[in-house]
Order: sequence, then structure tokens, then C-alpha cells
Amino acid sequence: MLKMKSITKTFPGVKALDNVDFEVELGEIHALIGANGAGKSTLMKILAGAYGGYEGDIFIDDNKITMNNPIEAKHNGIVIVYQEVDTALVPHLTVAENIMMDYIVDGKNDVFMNWKYIRKQAKQELDALDLDINVNCLVSDLTLSEKQMVLIGRAVFHKAKYLILDEPTAPLSIEETEKLFEIVRKLKNDGMSVIFISHRLDEVFKICEKITVLKDGKYVGTFATKEMTIDKSVEKMLGRKLENSYPKIKVDINETLLEVKDFSGTGGVNNVNLNVRSGEIVGLAGLVGGGKTELCKLLFGEGNILQGEIKLKGKGFKPKTPADAVQMGLALVPEERRKEGILVNESVETNLTLPTLDKYCKRSFMQKGKIKKASVESIDKVGIKTPSEKQLIANLSGGNQQKVAIGKWFLSDAEVFIFDEPTKGVDVGSKAEIYELIGELVAQGKGIIYASCEFNEILGLTDRVYVMYNGTVVKELISEETTEEELLYYSAGGALNEKQN
Amino acid sequence: MKNKTKKKQFDLFKILYKYGTIMVIIAAILFFAIALDNFFNFNNITNIFRSVSIVALIALAITISLTIDGFDLSAATIAGFSSVIAAKFMVVWELGPVPAIIIPLVVGVLIGCINAFLIIKMNIPDMLTTLSMMFLLTGVSITFQQGSAIYNFMPLPNNGGIASGTMHEAFLYLGQGELFGIPVPVIIMLSVATLAHIFLNHTKYGRYLYMIGGNQEAAKLSGISINKYKLIAYMISGLIAAIGGLVLGARLGSGEVDAGGPYLMDAVAASFIGFSIFGIGKPNAFGTLLGALLMGILLNGLVMMNFPYYSQDIVKGFVLIVALSLTYYKQMR
Repeated sequence: MLKMKSITKTFPGVKALDNVDFEVELGEIHALIGANGAGKSTLMKILAGAYGGYEGDIFIDDNKITMNNPIEAKHNGIVIVYQEVDTALVPHLTVAENIMMDYIVDGKNDVFMNWKYIRKQAKQELDALDLDINVNCLVSDLTLSEKQMVLIGRAVFHKAKYLILDEPTAPLSIEETEKLFEIVRKLKNDGMSVIFISHRLDEVFKICEKITVLKDGKYVGTFATKEMTIDKSVEKMLGRKLENSYPKIKVDINETLLEVKDFSGTGGVNNVNLNVRSGEIVGLAGLVGGGKTELCKLLFGEGNILQGEIKLKGKGFKPKTPADAVQMGLALVPEERRKEGILVNESVETNLTLPTLDKYCKRSFMQKGKIKKASVESIDKVGIKTPSEKQLIANLSGGNQQKVAIGKWFLSDAEVFIFDEPTKGVDVGSKAEIYELIGELVAQGKGIIYASCEFNEILGLTDRVYVMYNGTVVKELISEETTEEELLYYSAGGALNEKQN
Repeated sequence: MKNKTKKKQFDLFKILYKYGTIMVIIAAILFFAIALDNFFNFNNITNIFRSVSIVALIALAITISLTIDGFDLSAATIAGFSSVIAAKFMVVWELGPVPAIIIPLVVGVLIGCINAFLIIKMNIPDMLTTLSMMFLLTGVSITFQQGSAIYNFMPLPNNGGIASGTMHEAFLYLGQGELFGIPVPVIIMLSVATLAHIFLNHTKYGRYLYMIGGNQEAAKLSGISINKYKLIAYMISGLIAAIGGLVLGARLGSGEVDAGGPYLMDAVAASFIGFSIFGIGKPNAFGTLLGALLMGILLNGLVMMNFPYYSQDIVKGFVLIVALSLTYYKQMR
């Protein structure tokens, strides 16, 4: 039995976990659920030794153990399979070598590789899991689900007792998910415990025996699945009052700006239909892995559109690159601000004028005066707190960085703005200012797509909301007439469950 | 139906990816064998092998560094430096062949250590470290030979008379000798390639290098000491480069100024052509050897067909582009 007792973990400025208890019996499938930021991943990372330095105790079979690095965790029989499987695999080596990595490294191997044994043993592990993967295949040639299986195979060879699967089904198809569940059940019958982190409640109810719920870094409780329902779990996961208020200005909603029909493409975006009207803020609600970011990027020309098209002001087009999308009048404020939204080591001025640099050039030469003027104006308009327009963005706060990422599009003639989690990692004060900026945009008759997994934010800010699950829009709701519970219900796949029952 | 054609195309690509480079090699051999009467005889074949031996050795050195996702740009300069050390030891300092062989090898390993130290402890990217080392060594080497080539009976600077030492016979054997009719450089090249192949594919240490190169984080979490094996990789790289340098010096019979430099780009090309052999997609000793041979075959054949020597780089560049396309196009999919 594995027991975590009064675990507390503090990151600078944030208490990610506060006195959390967690218990798993041998041979059970145990779900760990909670809204975003509830601390599920943090708790499991502690268990897998990814974070040293936590308060509280961890026991295995009543022996207290320490967990300072992943190797220690492995020796205690705990293995984690992260959603990003590639972090644990060596792509240009074979399946056999990847499964047997621990054996090769542990020194039980002689100096010379025992290829015969390695291949035979790897094949046995895969056969035992009923998997048909060629062990001589390179891992880089495998599908995502097969890569997961290789990691599970590695855990089995390692005789792991506790297997943690972090959001394993998010990138999988329905058939692949079924296959994974089959294997998980098999492992359980062999006496392994599987801890299953998932946002998808329908799946949790399908295979888990027990559910532990976390909320805002605190332990809510552990329940037998039999005594729970999806509705009840949602209730346990939420139960939080709305803290933020949203400055909602009444704006007239006019003609349709953006129309997206039968839209499919890379990143698992599947048959999405939506439209945005002038003066309207449309929410895109969904959990992590629901496909919001993928849809935003695909609309913006990042990725391959397999089917469907976008109509902007009645004019159809298929952006092949973000440059096409900008040309047509779309703007994107991406989720990963530091990586995708701004040039961290450049000045505020450079960042603000980047997408519209053409306007401030004469025969391809930049006109410093015009650039300065435009930047100063937009610093003022957007309310960026910076000592000067020459300041490096790296030295600004997260909120102000985000305002630059938004402000750069203010200078463009974009008609539809796509915001992907714009308030992620932003303090409360700046959040309100960002909401105000968005309000200004709609007042000018622009259309907004606002993707977020913070449901209270969606409810407060938007006029209409599309709920996404597994890469597709599963429900369209009027924001004023819905609740957080309803949003969570649909974005956890509740609608699908409804149909099945 | 539509689906079927798609599948067929995919298979064709797979075959190309796997055997493309081999097919190019076979096509080149067939073409020259038919077009030229004396291409396919024993003498010419040994000639090709001998001509690529130094490039191949330097390329093998680079290959070892590539396995850990590094890049030893200093390999060719290490080779040049080691040939100069050997020459100076024998001609100017009148030492025997044994120190003239051992010391350059030790120096090669030491330079590998310094490279590794800068990469691991100073955290300078591999390519920049070895680029700096390349410049540094070129300068050190020329300074060590006081600005001029070192050869038998050379006049010594400052009116020191004529150098009384000579390049030793046993040393020259490394570059000019034959064993059972096979040139010694070819034997050395094949032995090093075989040893490197066994090391990389059949010992766990070789696998560690690949794991580090493929996914450093995963390798670390499996308990591999990353720094130790990076150090080992650069030491081996330095050693093989120094071996190449000995063969080079023995071949020339002297210590030339910047003797190694010109081999760098050919060696880099050979290593990367090696990626594409059998679709392995990663640095490997056997592929590197074939890569060097492919370039040797093309150059040899073209020279025999009176292809202008000044246009040879066009062919090299073209072959490299084809090989790299085969490797990287697949990774994009």
C-alpha cells in the first residue's frame, strides 16, 4: 500500500499543495481528479520524484521512504508515464532498447550487448500486454499510443508496483483509449496499482474503482466510484465562489464576422462549427487537452487544415501559414506567452510594432520616429507599465508582458482576435485590465474568440460559449443561462456519457 | 482505391529512405564500371580505398562525437597537429618511431578532454567549443612547426644547419606500406571502423552514447552519468582523429602546415551521408565508412572520365543534399 500523508508543496509565492493525503491499495485503479490548478500533477510529480523538497511523509507498506529524484522513485517501484511521452524515450533507438533501457543501464548487462536477450525479453513484455509492435522498429516511427505502450512495457519490465498515468488518453483516439484501458485492467489483475490522472470523467467512471478529488491544492476526499456520479464529482471539484468581477459593457452585436464550417485538421481538431459576430465575445471552454489551443492555432494557419474552411466577412479562405491569417485580418494572442507571444529579449517598442512594421517603413527602411510615436501611443492606450518604450520585455511583469502581446495587434487592422488563455500566470489586477482591453475591442465592433479553462472567467466575460471535448465542439451555450457545473460537465465528456447510457 | 495508391507511394518512399544511398553507390559503381575499362580492377579499387582512408578516419572521429548529439569540428585539426608532432619528434628532435606514434595519440585524447571540459563545465555549445579549438589548434600547430613544413633534411631556422633526423621507416609504413597487397592505411581504416562499429552497437557504452544523444533527459533519469560519457566520447573522437593524423603524416612523409584542415568538410559530409545508409537515421560507423567510400568512388571515377577537378565540389555537394534529404525529409513527416 502506498500512502502520502500531509503533503505540502510551496512554489515561490504559491502554495501548490496544502496538507494533502493520498492512499492507494495494491491492485487498484485509482483516479485523481480536480479542476485545473488543483494540484493533481504536482502531487504525482512529488510521488515520482520529479520535485525534491516537499513537506509531509510518504510510506510504502508502512515503511517511510524519501523521494528526492526519479531514480529513487523507480527503486521504490513507482513509475510515471507523462502525457509528453517523448521526454522519456530515445527516438532513434529501437523499441527493444527503449523497453529494456533500465536493464541496459543497470549494469546487469555485460560490456557487450546481449542483443538476443534484449529483443526476446522486450518481445515477451509486449506479448504479455497483447501488443503487436515490432521490437526492431525505431521508436520515432511509432504512433503516440504505441509510444505510451512502450513506456508501460518498460514499467512492467521494471516490476513497477505503482504506475502513474498522467492524462494518458488526451491525445488518443477512441480505439486507442479502449486498448489502453484493456492493458490497465490487465496490469491491475497482475497486482499492479494504477493511478490515473484525467480530466475525462466519463473515462474515470469506466475504469477506476476509487476517486480522490483535489481542489485548489487541498484534499477533498476519496470516494468509491460506485457511490459517485459525474454530477457529484463535478460538485466536489468546484464549490468555489466567483472571485473576479467582470466589467461587462453592453455592446450591440451585429453581423457575422467569422464563420467556421466542418473544420478539421492537425492536433486532433475534428469537425468544428462556430461563428463570431461583430461586437461579440465568444468563449471556447474546455479542459486541458480538450483541443482549444489546437483549434486556435489551426484557425490561425498553424498546422494543416484537412477539411472545411474559414469565412471572414463572407470571404472564404484557408490559411496555410499564420502570415496568411494575419493578412486576412485575424490576430492570435497565444497561450505560451514567453515562447510564442513575445520576443523576450527585445524592447517593448520592437514587440509592439512587429506585426505592423510595414506601416512604419519607407522603401523597406524603418522610420525610427514613426515607430516610437506608435509605440508610445499604444503603451498609453493599452496601459503597459514600463519606464520607457525601449525597456526590455524580460524586465516587465507577466501581466504587462501579456498586455504587450495583446497590444501589438491593436496597431493592426485585425477583425477577429483569438485569445488563448490570456490570463494564465497573470496577477488579478492585470487580469481586470486585460478584460477591459477586450471590452474596448468589442466596442470597436471587433469579434473575439476567448479560449480558457477558467470557467468562471468564461461565464463572466463572454456572450456565448462553445464547449470543447476531444478536439470538437460538443455544446453551444448562452453564457448568461449556463453555470460552471454545466460547462465542466460537458467539457469532461458528460454529453457523450449521456448518449451512451 | 484512393487509399491503395497512397499506400504504394508510401512504400516506395520507405524503400528509397532505406536503400536510397546504397542504390546511389551501386549505381555509381555500375556506371563507372561500364563507362571505364580500368575502373573495376584491383589496383584502382585499392586506390579508392587508400584515397578515402584519412577522410574516413577523421569522419569516424566526428561520428563518435555526433552520437552524443555533439559535433567535433576540431577532429581534422587534431589530425593535422598529430602529424606535425610526429614529424617534429623524428626530424628535429631525433626521437624514434615509438614516441612519435604514442605522443600524438596521447595529445589527441588530451585535446578531447579539453573539448569535453569546455562543453560540460563551461556549458559552451559543442559546435562552438570545437570551432574555437579548431582555430586554437591550427595556430598552435603552425607555431610548433615555426611556420614551415617539417621534412627530411630541412634547413633548421637560425642557421642551425640541416636537420639530422629523418621520418622513420617504421612510421612511414603506416601510410605507405602494404600488407598482403593491401595498403596499411586501408587496414587501419577498416580496423578502426570495425572497432567503432562494435563499440557503438555491441557494447553498452556505445548504447549509452546513443541514449544521451537521442534524449539526454531520459538517459539521465535512467541513471546514466551524462558527463562521464560525453567526456569518453570526445576522448575517443580525439584518439581516432590522432590516428588519422599519423596515417596522414606517414602518407605525406612530412609535417605540413595545416595538413588536416582540408579534410574537415569531406569528413563531415561522410558522417552525415552515413546517417542515411539503410535508413538508420543516426550517426553510425558503418554508414560513415560507406559515406567516405561513396565520395571516393565518385571522385575517382570522375577524375578518370576527365571531369575537371575544380568542379568536384559540385558533385560532393549534390550527393550530400540527396543523402540529407533522405534522412531529414522523413523526420519531418
